[in-house]
Amino acid sequence: MRYLPLTDADRTAMLESIGAASIDALFADVPLAARQQGLLDLPRAMGEIEVERRLGAMAAKNLSAGAVPFFLGGGAYRHHIPAAVDHLIQRGEFLTSYTPYQPELAQGTLQYLFEFQTQVGLLSAMEVANASLYDGATACAEAVAMAGRVTRRDKAVLSGGLHPHYRAVCETYARFAGNELTLCDAAPSGGEDLAVLIDGDTACVVVQNPDFYGEVRDYSELAQICHRAGALLVVIVTEVLSLGAICPPGEMGANIVAAEGQSVGNALNFGGPYVGLFASREKFVRQMPGRLVGETLDAEGRRGWALTLSTREQHIRREKATSNICTNSGLCALAFTIHLSLLGESGLTRLARLNHATAVAAAERLSAIPGVELVNDSFFNEFTLRLSRAAAPVVDRLAERGVLGGIPVSRFYPGRPELEGLLLVAATETVTPEDIDRFEAALREGLR
Amino acid sequence: MSEWSRALSAPAAPEAGPVQTISGNRGLQIEEKLLFEQDSPGHCGVDLPDAAPFRSRLNGLERQGPIGLPGLSEPQIVRHFTRLSQKNYAIDSGLYPLGSCTMKHNPRLNEKLARLAGFADLHPLQPEATVPGALELIDTLAHWLKTLTGMPAIALSPAAGAQGELCGIMTIRAALEARGDRRSRILVPESAHGTNPATAATCGYAIEAIPANPRGRVDLAALKAALGPDVAALMLTNPNTCGLFEDEILEIAAAVHGAGAFFYCDGANFNAIVGRVRPSELGIDALQMNLHKTFSTPHGGGGPGSGPVALAAELASHAPLPWLVHGPAGLQLIEHADGAAERSIGRLKGFHGQMGMFVRALSYMMSHGADGLRQVAEDAVLNANYLRVRLADALSLSFPGICMHEVLFDDRFLKDTGITTLDFAKALIDEGFHPMTMYFPLVVHGALLIEPTETESKASLDQFVVVLRGLAKRAQSSKTGEGDAAAFRAAPRLTPRRRLDETAAARKPVLRWRPALPQEQAAE
Repeated sequence: MRYLPLTDADRTAMLESIGAASIDALFADVPLAARQQGLLDLPRAMGEIEVERRLGAMAAKNLSAGAVPFFLGGGAYRHHIPAAVDHLIQRGEFLTSYTPYQPELAQGTLQYLFEFQTQVGLLSAMEVANASLYDGATACAEAVAMAGRVTRRDKAVLSGGLHPHYRAVCETYARFAGNELTLCDAAPSGGEDLAVLIDGDTACVVVQNPDFYGEVRDYSELAQICHRAGALLVVIVTEVLSLGAICPPGEMGANIVAAEGQSVGNALNFGGPYVGLFASREKFVRQMPGRLVGETLDAEGRRGWALTLSTREQHIRREKATSNICTNSGLCALAFTIHLSLLGESGLTRLARLNHATAVAAAERLSAIPGVELVNDSFFNEFTLRLSRAAAPVVDRLAERGVLGGIPVSRFYPGRPELEGLLLVAATETVTPEDIDRFEAALREGLR
Repeated sequence: MSEWSRALSAPAAPEAGPVQTISGNRGLQIEEKLLFEQDSPGHCGVDLPDAAPFRSRLNGLERQGPIGLPGLSEPQIVRHFTRLSQKNYAIDSGLYPLGSCTMKHNPRLNEKLARLAGFADLHPLQPEATVPGALELIDTLAHWLKTLTGMPAIALSPAAGAQGELCGIMTIRAALEARGDRRSRILVPESAHGTNPATAATCGYAIEAIPANPRGRVDLAALKAALGPDVAALMLTNPNTCGLFEDEILEIAAAVHGAGAFFYCDGANFNAIVGRVRPSELGIDALQMNLHKTFSTPHGGGGPGSGPVALAAELASHAPLPWLVHGPAGLQLIEHADGAAERSIGRLKGFHGQMGMFVRALSYMMSHGADGLRQVAEDAVLNANYLRVRLADALSLSFPGICMHEVLFDDRFLKDTGITTLDFAKALIDEGFHPMTMYFPLVVHGALLIEPTETESKASLDQFVVVLRGLAKRAQSSKTGEGDAAAFRAAPRLTPRRRLDETAAARKPVLRWRPALPQEQAAE
């Protein structure tokens, strides 16, 4: 077996050193009845050629996004990833290292995480950011839990414009943590009044920008209402590239920002692994979940980095920790940091502008089709269309014609007739004018 | 004398103080500023076309003012991150004996396959008809995990081991509540990972610690005394974090079930038994597997992980969404808690789970096969026991007798030397090794927990033994006043940075770069 360096001669010699008659003797503590005799009913070892052939065959059965005109978003976005990103994250010193608990030989990981924290702080216009969480949805649930710790209140109000998966994860966590959620109904056209739902028990209000339906919203006023009531405003961002174009949550008065970072540096990957971004105000830092990297000095007085404030974390604090999280999304955070470094200030704003321009062009073309109406007043790179018939079968027909044409809202909210016609459409810089032509033609035909 | 011990016996180290160079560099250890300190405004490492003219639809909410991101070209970026990488230790560089972390070789085939467009370039919400191969891959992975654990159901969505624990404890609580049985306590052995009590607390339970017996296992009598009608579950790591198999596990399971509680097993150390012991035979009701440990998806400097959970039949109906089921038309995703899934606890994360990790783990499993996976457990246990016997008289072994995949020592061998576990481990860095896990588990004093994994050769282990024995001898000579305890306390000396002042870092946290104020710039 190519990954196992011991030879049979090694094994014999080592057993002899140990004084064990056989390998079975080393498993003597396992109750006899529980020992597996013989091999399990699974295939035997395979060479690279065979594994590649089998998994390659599975991959070949899928319609990959890059092969067709592609318009899906809904919290996962397809962007061009510069070649240098994937090259650098595959350097073994990054790929095959552990959590940087020994700072002397992990300065590389620690420095890029410090850069990552800085980038997330700048993008969101927040004071401090952690070294990542699993994904946007779990970051959202952690934000709700943190707001409870900060305010010592246990009620959260969730906007109907919040991504349904984020809302569902919050529901799961809240059910077991004993927190109460006020869930607003799906709000594709906005118009919800969150302020009336805030009371003296409200720890936070959770909103999303752009919201799940793509609408770009100003939450400054809501932030003030929250703060007057002693509650926190949590702003969720599922398309982090939007922060290159839109007023950031920190400038609107957000207290906590939780975001999905996938769209910078990370492939779609059928849903994971992604990277949760988490930022807050400095005064709440001791209530934050997840790892934090801090600047310090070494024994020779040189600047260096180390994990810090770990008394918040499970490996020190056990049941009193701010979260049970241990593993985060280190390598995805590295991809994020490298991609954002390559873009820089000018590249990020240009890329964001390009996305917006592409989406505007797509929205104009598609909403001109008879039976198609644009729901949004505003949007960044994703918008909602209302079709004259149920969107799900239309999307299936488009796929048969080789166009991946958006996500039917009914996939998130089945059995809701008033939402059946809604179609979420995203258009990033990877979409060409020809792609829009093909989508438009296929949609016209699909609605006929 | 081997070259390793020669290196030890020649303390002609950089004595009088730090080496001074004009650049601050030390040979190939190159000082690298932060990205933000290398800003060349207007530079960009990506060439993008101009947008065609359009009418903005941003609701008047355009971002105003600079964001503050630095501008650099691609060669500067590539050099920056390459230099950073060179400040890291990694499995690719050498033995990484972190106990309970299972730092094994990461095959590159797995990286290649995870990047196939047919997996990496799939959107999670494409029509199911366009992703049959992705569903097949997930189903195949579940089949392997079910066969390896002997358990009937696998929840695949948890993002990492700790979230797998959360999944397990949530399903247990849901199953108890479905019986109309509200329970308030979870029992956790003292030797458990911190994630176990943190997880139980997140699910609303009070935690009670169960002491270890003198043999490093759960004290069965204490466990039985703690069990009662208000206990929801026992969370037990097996093999445990002392590197020992819980040899009374069948009695433990019977006692837990006898009290109407569930038996959760932390499968972080599954590597020791994969292919040789099926958890279903041990009376386990739920067990998470850390794909980034046993199944070698890379640790990536702290993540991403993946933590599928094997569930007993009574818990399976509460498994989190989404479910992948065999329907009349083939594999099918269930994304909502209705119909067959009405008892599901709901979603734990966005979308379907860590697909990129699933591909890598399945590639690893297929490469090994049933025979190779069994060999993995055997070689992991053999390597750990080899270190145990080769080091038993040099360090202080915490528990006599055979161990599983890792071996636990404590700091008795450092008594009266003035050298701590931390000093000893840091001195190991100067010898070119990553330290072992230190001060964990908490059941012994000054723990040193060593897990070599099966991907180390005998020659590699022999080198490691020579170094550890040499260091132990040097440390012990400090008792007589001949040794140099101060040298241990000053270690490491040969790393990009010496010991970091972690107290100062926590006292006044600096968690991000900020531009120097104008007057500071003027002063420079």
